[in-house]
Amino acid sequence: MISVRNVYKHFGPQVVLDGVSIDIEPGKSTAVVGPSGVGKSVLLKLIMGIMQPDAGEIYIGGENITTARSESKKNKIRRSLGVLFQSAALFDSLTIFDNIAFPLRARGGSNSLRMHSKVCDVADSLSLTPYLRNYPEEVSIGIRKRVGMARALITEPKVLLVDEPNTGLDPLDGQEVYDLINACKTQWGFTGLVISHELPEVFQVSDRVAMILGGKIIAEGSPADMTASINPAVQQFLNGRTDGPIKIQ
Amino acid sequence: MLQLSMNPAATIQHLGRFVIEKTEQWGRAWIFLYRTILALLKPPYRPYLYLTQLQEIGVNSTLVIALIGLFTGAVLAVQGEYTLSKFGANAYTGPAVALSLIRELGPVLTALMVIGRAGSAVTAEIGIMRITEQIDALRSMAVDPMKYLMAPRFAAGVVAMPLLCGIFNVVGIFGGYIVAVGLLGLSSGTFMTQITSAVGFVDVYSGFIKATVFGMIFGWVSCYKGYTCGFGAQGVNKATTQSVVTASVAVLIVDYFLTSVLTRVFME
Repeated sequence: MISVRNVYKHFGPQVVLDGVSIDIEPGKSTAVVGPSGVGKSVLLKLIMGIMQPDAGEIYIGGENITTARSESKKNKIRRSLGVLFQSAALFDSLTIFDNIAFPLRARGGSNSLRMHSKVCDVADSLSLTPYLRNYPEEVSIGIRKRVGMARALITEPKVLLVDEPNTGLDPLDGQEVYDLINACKTQWGFTGLVISHELPEVFQVSDRVAMILGGKIIAEGSPADMTASINPAVQQFLNGRTDGPIKIQ
Repeated sequence: MLQLSMNPAATIQHLGRFVIEKTEQWGRAWIFLYRTILALLKPPYRPYLYLTQLQEIGVNSTLVIALIGLFTGAVLAVQGEYTLSKFGANAYTGPAVALSLIRELGPVLTALMVIGRAGSAVTAEIGIMRITEQIDALRSMAVDPMKYLMAPRFAAGVVAMPLLCGIFNVVGIFGGYIVAVGLLGLSSGTFMTQITSAVGFVDVYSGFIKATVFGMIFGWVSCYKGYTCGFGAQGVNKATTQSVVTASVAVLIVDYFLTSVLTRVFME
């Protein structure tokens, strides 16, 4: 479903991604993990087609987003994506109802009655009904994440991209977001890519895990494989130690 | 920033880098303008977005524009009457007020006020949307930010500026009338008759042409600075300041060239 092939990206002299390749099968979820600043979010932006790689190709559902030159061609591919941003990225000037309805309105073709009932259904399944008339700044970050999830899922995307799902959340709210991802995956059955630095928590929403360090994938496998990995960087990151091959910058 | 050094090679290097950077920035800004105009012309059109921005940029600026216009007209009447009376020509206070407002001060002061009030708000809003990933969110939902954010603001600036300029002119002439007739003792008939005989359509529409161009500068600069703003609160702060300064300076520079061209064109 998602195929990242030999992708390179640099900013000035800094090489961020140095030949990264990842394949995610339809209906499966992969977590891309690694310390802060190793290019996880850059990878996500490349997959969304918001950034262009220096080299390499990215396929979403068989369509190459890196060679789609115009925004309209990229938009066709983006229609199969739902994205939950790190800060939820809700529109401040819109109510929660309008935030959830936004992708439907933007795409058009859906009458307002059907749209209203769809928003209410998704809001209900994510326990957001009491907040529909509120503005994003009036609710907690945990609820904002749920709204972000509702907005991402309202168009029933084939692929869900999640950037740092529990940044800024306490452990309970963080766990709630993971439960939400699992529940939504069961209900909607999307292919998932989760970017995170939270190990081992992110294992619970992943079929496979890939760890990025120094611009390369240094380890990849199932959560069990990662836990059992003898790679010292993986072990250092899993155990949250400061001593080891990963240098704190 | 251009750095000068005692070493000639280093100075040339810095100069070269400075020129390349500035050329690149200019290129990006022009491409941004081109993409905004293209987004404006391409369907689907969402009238609600345009009307909202017209309300924000135009309607919400009306009161401040009228207030500034009133007092500008009043000051022009006092200064005009004082200067013209030295030549025994204080009967021409009305045309002095009206022509100064319609041809020059109306479009320029309206533009500067709208840039200060709404331009800074547009830059800050788009800048905050950029740093909080709202623009990335738009793109991820297959929504073109040029069409959704920039085109409505640009169009609202182009439409609102001449209308606000018209309000500024009318209220300004009214302010001049109150002072000249009510306080300085000029005849009401003289004030109005001299205006109607001295002010032609050429003056009115050259003022409106200027206001329309200033509206484009407003929309272009304020949207571009917001869209390209740096990270964090400091990035938004810097972008907002740059937006107001750049747009204001651009208005004054363009005003000189437009005045020269329009005067020459319409005089012929």
